[in-house]
Amino acid sequence: MTSGRKLRILVAKPGLDGHDRGAKILARAYRDAGFEVIYSGLHQTPEQIVQAALQEDVDLIGLSCLSGAHMYLFPRVIDLLKESKAEDITVIGGGIIPMDDIPKLKKAGIKEVFLPGGSLKDMVDWAKANVEPCRYGERKE
Amino acid sequence: MGLAKRILQGDIRATARLLREVEEELPGAIDELKVLYPHTGRSHVVGITGAPGSGKSTLIDVLIDAYRRENKTVGVIAIDPSSPFSGGAILGDRIRMQRHATDEGVFIRSLATRGWHGGLSKAAANVIHIMDAMGRDVILVETVGVGQAEVDIMNFAHTSLVALVPGTGDWVQTLKAGILEIADIFVINKADKQGVNEVEVELQAMLQMGAYSADAWKPRILLTEAINNKGIDDVMEAIRQHRESLIASGRYEAHLRERSRLELFEVLKSSLMDRVFRMATEDDYVEKLIDDLASRRVDPYSAASEVLKRIVREGKF
Repeated sequence: MTSGRKLRILVAKPGLDGHDRGAKILARAYRDAGFEVIYSGLHQTPEQIVQAALQEDVDLIGLSCLSGAHMYLFPRVIDLLKESKAEDITVIGGGIIPMDDIPKLKKAGIKEVFLPGGSLKDMVDWAKANVEPCRYGERKE
Repeated sequence: MGLAKRILQGDIRATARLLREVEEELPGAIDELKVLYPHTGRSHVVGITGAPGSGKSTLIDVLIDAYRRENKTVGVIAIDPSSPFSGGAILGDRIRMQRHATDEGVFIRSLATRGWHGGLSKAAANVIHIMDAMGRDVILVETVGVGQAEVDIMNFAHTSLVALVPGTGDWVQTLKAGILEIADIFVINKADKQGVNEVEVELQAMLQMGAYSADAWKPRILLTEAINNKGIDDVMEAIRQHRESLIASGRYEAHLRERSRLELFEVLKSSLMDRVFRMATEDDYVEKLIDDLASRRVDPYSAASEVLKRIVREGKF
């Protein structure tokens, strides 16, 4: 059998935030970089996001939040992943996020935070450099 | 514990992972599939096909709801196209069904076509097996948005739904071969839109031209507004009646046999080609055959039978 590894990404919009132009643009950029992108749609609870990530076996979750509730929503996703023994899934975040919050989010387990004005290329390159499709035999039990 | 064992216990993560391994044709996947196969053949598989934007995902969303109210567990396979340029994909069907994400009785998996034609993906057959082994009562398979000829779903689904919308053409479209022939149930969705009567009448006229034997299933034509949850009870009832008709007429068994035949041939074809590809890298045997072909010392038919003879002689697959 020939193997064709594809990175699978869930772009998700947690919480009560109706602005998803950025998430859509990002989904498109990941698509054009050759990734398979699942977009959650708006108004997702952390529980919905984590269940979707598990069922879809994604390698990366990209959380987009412009509402200011990131300090609750982002760490909650990390906690739920841990509860499901799925901490091997990388989580990144982006949106309107104050500089002071970035170290706290990283401490909570968010691997990288992207801010308004960042380049799509950087985000795609970051995913290519830091995330690998899970390997057979290396799965966490 | 192996993935297959965990899948039989309903483990979501194990299921998701094996689906991935099957899709990416990783070497260990076949052994897990071997363990699961005896546990398959129980789910009712419903295919939903139709043009892009005809409401397939929304229809599935409300069908999930209806099945859950009957306490049935549901698997959903939602297929969207891969980019011919980047190989990437936007898998967007799930958006319409995401309200079911936290329901343990619903497992939704999005697949990209990855270059496969016919409306499904190459892995679809095995993905159905895995959800079946997991114990899902019903598996809903959403094809990519299709045109006229993508009819693979009929080989996998027990019941095929074709979703149509008003305003998509006149009588000649309904007379054509292809997708309209495979429908067990026509769902004219967005039935609040203008032109719904025309589509219904054209479909009825087409069905009247067909000769159906007394015990044959005559396709139903139903009107729905999936987004407003209208007409869904009728769709559920039609699926139920179709299943009963399949079983009563013996066509359910015939379908299973036909499905098994196709699957055997498909697996044979890919393992044979696999063997040939490996042979081509092991030594220069295949390259020499190609030289002979190019210089017309041998014809392709004799060359292929040479290859087959060598595979049989060596006995390693």
